[in-house]
Amino acid sequence: MNLNFLDFEQPIAELEAKIEELRYVGSDNEINIGDEITRLKSKSHDLTKSIFSNLKAAQIAQLSRHPQRPYFMDYVERIFTDFEELHGDRAFADDAALVGGMARLDGRPVMIIGQQKGRDTKEKIKRNFGMPRPEGYRKALRLMKMAERFKLPVLTFIDTPGAYPGVGAEERGQSEAIARNLLEMSELKTPIINTVIGEGGSGGALAIGVGDRLMMLEYSTYSVISPEGCATILWRSADKAPEAAEAMGLTAPRLKELQLIDEIIPEPLGGAHRDLDAIASSLKHALIQSLDNLTSTSIDKLLDQRYEHLMAYGNYAE
Amino acid sequence: MNWFTKLLPERIRIDGESRKSVPEGLWTKCSACGAVLYRAEMERNLDVCPKCDQHARVGARWRLERFLDEEGRVEIGENIQPVDILKFKDLKKYKDRITQAQKATAENDALIAMQGTLKGLPVVACAFEFKFMGGSMGSVVGERFVRAVNVCLKENLPLVCYSASGGARMQEALFSLMQMAKTSAALAKMRKQSLPFISILTDPTMGGVSASLAMLGDINIAEPNALIGFAGPRVIEQTVREVLPDGFQRSEFLLEHGAVDMIVDRRDMRDKVANLLSIMMHKPAA
Repeated sequence: MNLNFLDFEQPIAELEAKIEELRYVGSDNEINIGDEITRLKSKSHDLTKSIFSNLKAAQIAQLSRHPQRPYFMDYVERIFTDFEELHGDRAFADDAALVGGMARLDGRPVMIIGQQKGRDTKEKIKRNFGMPRPEGYRKALRLMKMAERFKLPVLTFIDTPGAYPGVGAEERGQSEAIARNLLEMSELKTPIINTVIGEGGSGGALAIGVGDRLMMLEYSTYSVISPEGCATILWRSADKAPEAAEAMGLTAPRLKELQLIDEIIPEPLGGAHRDLDAIASSLKHALIQSLDNLTSTSIDKLLDQRYEHLMAYGNYAE
Repeated sequence: MNWFTKLLPERIRIDGESRKSVPEGLWTKCSACGAVLYRAEMERNLDVCPKCDQHARVGARWRLERFLDEEGRVEIGENIQPVDILKFKDLKKYKDRITQAQKATAENDALIAMQGTLKGLPVVACAFEFKFMGGSMGSVVGERFVRAVNVCLKENLPLVCYSASGGARMQEALFSLMQMAKTSAALAKMRKQSLPFISILTDPTMGGVSASLAMLGDINIAEPNALIGFAGPRVIEQTVREVLPDGFQRSEFLLEHGAVDMIVDRRDMRDKVANLLSIMMHKPAA
């Protein structure tokens, strides 16, 4: 089993392996097998297309957490220039699970904030698997207030399983840190664009997720609780996670349909990790366009719209 | 097991489980110290155990009726009804869960809001009904809370909210998460208009409710020994793989770590809140 592929991608993995094999044979053989390789490649492409055109919510959840999925810093490198990372909440610590700083987007000064997961074991631990503690959220708030003072639009990038459930995090007021961000972001006097790039896990995601425009990458997810958590509580078994994922409708197309998000950014065939430059370029383009739209509106009007939008969340009968 | 019960044949032995049942309504048992209490005495004592001061979980309407003055109470947004637009189904349909909860509590969702007076001071108060799907916050809770805030904004009134909730309502998926943002944004307007919001955290206040409106009081008050936190103790135990210290995430722990302003006994709550609000609103002492 090829670990670069998820379980439902194994048929593609097998084809790709065959192509590799042929290439290897081809290089020290006089028989021309180029035609065969081209044929298999197009078959692999079609197969990928057909598998990816019909993904279940649980499979998209797998993609959103793919070990090779691009993380916040991968995008920072490719989308922004002159990035200056800023550290610390000025009260307790610097949280490496949440990264923030100033940069330029296509020449325009902005503040960028995002959760960061780690690639190898050492970095995963340093980044706490992308699960921020209160000091992370307080750093984010400090940077957002600063952005407001210096008239920098705020761009946030969401990718977290959730806020960290730990003893220290509770002692230092995880709830308060999240709640405060929700309140402050609702009236921050600068445009805010939120993009879910991987996992949008619950309150830990929302704590940097209130703004004027909410976008999602095609294979990212956004939900009130992880499918596993939901299944454990409601189905009393974590094995029911696929059912929970389906029921919660945590995928971008479903959330767009429910008008909970504004825009879906399409990913390259097979997912963002298959072509990092392509997805970075699409994301950059979407950010620039959103920013253009938002900055053409006066800040007072923008805040009114933001408030109205927040108040419109929910379904009830009366 | 004592010598006498040992002598009894198996079939006439009464085990602890079945012995617990007492005639409905006459007697009650304290969940903390196990003392058997006369129901009427508990009621007089606002459901606080006279033996150990344990604050029993109580209903939302019960609370508001005892918190606000008797005269002139008007409910806010009582006609807002939950709907199941996701057609959510786990082991049960969400629709059936709603019907069941409505039958069990005689309320149509997990938050009740009322306008009234507190020792003569005009206020808006709301309370979570924990028995309604664990006091979980869905669209109706969010909307009612915002309506309560809107009454405050319009009539320049302070807001008091009793929280008792397990968090966001999973059956409403992302809509319920967004209620956190919605309620918090509404509270920002209260701040802008310099209207006080007093948040009273009762047992239990967890998850999405604690990480939004409940922690945003100008003053946060906890009832004694209430479980208050973001992540549930079991989740934390599984994550950190160690046994949590006694009193972890209880009111006294929160006071010690600076998350709440004070712990107030239920029997003193009216006086306390009236005093705080009268100071904040520049009114004479109640």
